[in-house]
Amino acid sequence: METLESLLSEHPFIKGLDQKHIQLITGCASNVRFDAGQIIFREGEEADQFYIIRQGKITLQIYTPGRGSIIIDSLTDEEILGWSWLIPPYQWRFDAVATVLTRAIALDGKCLRNKCEADHDLGFELLKRFASIVDSRLESTRIRLLDMYDSNGNK
Amino acid sequence: MTATEINKISNYNVLEEMIPEFFRVTRVQKTTHDTFTIGLKPPNGKFEFSPGQFNMLYLFGTGEVPISISGDPSITHELVHTIRAVGTVTRAMANLKKDDWLGVRGPFGTSWPLKEAIGNDIVIVAGGIGLAPLRPSIYHVLFNREKYGKVVLLYGTRTPKDILFRKELEQWRARFDMEVHVTVDRAATDWKGNVGLVTTMIPRSHFDPLNSTVMVVGPEIMMKFTIQELHKRGVDFDNIYVSMERNMKCGIGFCGHCQAGPTFICKDGPVYPFPAVKDIFTKREI
Repeated sequence: METLESLLSEHPFIKGLDQKHIQLITGCASNVRFDAGQIIFREGEEADQFYIIRQGKITLQIYTPGRGSIIIDSLTDEEILGWSWLIPPYQWRFDAVATVLTRAIALDGKCLRNKCEADHDLGFELLKRFASIVDSRLESTRIRLLDMYDSNGNK
Repeated sequence: MTATEINKISNYNVLEEMIPEFFRVTRVQKTTHDTFTIGLKPPNGKFEFSPGQFNMLYLFGTGEVPISISGDPSITHELVHTIRAVGTVTRAMANLKKDDWLGVRGPFGTSWPLKEAIGNDIVIVAGGIGLAPLRPSIYHVLFNREKYGKVVLLYGTRTPKDILFRKELEQWRARFDMEVHVTVDRAATDWKGNVGLVTTMIPRSHFDPLNSTVMVVGPEIMMKFTIQELHKRGVDFDNIYVSMERNMKCGIGFCGHCQAGPTFICKDGPVYPFPAVKDIFTKREI
């Protein structure tokens, strides 16, 4: 039978952690489901969770006065949504909306922060993994800032 | 040195290569807000090319530009180019009408390794207008579908309104034997597709990195990061091919306009195995 612990331990983000750490994380985990169009969180709200997407698609949006909401990123199967739970003041910076029926595992940020404070090895392992995600998204954002397709001209 | 003397010491008949042939315009269609597709009727009724090659298109009285061929290589009675209207010549070309004339020299350059790729998975990564020079190879692969393994197309562009060949992308995506991922840099909330860099599609797609031939076209910065991500996924550099763009002028490697380090893009390229042009991506002097 698929348990939360087995699902988590197979996920690339969690894979490789000590079993005791996986058990600690599982203690903060729950299964969640979002319908198409459902708002998962809004900018400014308390960031008390992050999500491992099992199946589906989520868009990150930023509201721009006069222009409405703009999609700045989309996330899909196996990707991680949210790191604001790690960084004070623990508030979401963007809106997140499910664009299709999405299944995910929610991790309680407050619960995890406490466990990371108590067990720095766990905290360091999680930080390393989040740093890698932040790094690749920052790189992607920087490249997109170049607006490279606009200046390419003809091929 | 006279043209005759040059001809004697080269494999080219220089004069012949430099004289455009008159092609009649069969159609001009708007492809996106800033690109158009032009159909041309060859003077002798037939034009053959290999996917990846380009032509020099001459709008008489305005100028000549290098443009990749975007049509189906199995259709020889009409030559097709998809062009972004960005400069004096291409903007003027956008105003051509059916039955107007256009000068054509070509086809020039190297082509995609479609024979060598038989038996492999095919991964096509296109950025922006870069989908146009890859479309002939997509047609070829789909026409010879049984000869190849998985076929994956990853396409990134600026916004949803910049998506080239949207109808064809939808048709390709609807096939059961092809995986298509489209992503844009930014979009309004009515866009239901992906938003993000094309490189983010690489871990999401299904192909065997050890037995894949990858073809990449787009801005060099996009190709650079795409190649890094492909390599991270396990694709050998030798199996990655890129199409380069420089200021092609003569088309036969004589004028030197398109020289990049030791290579002339018009003659030795535009399609290269990545290791052959690796330095161009990393050396600032080139």
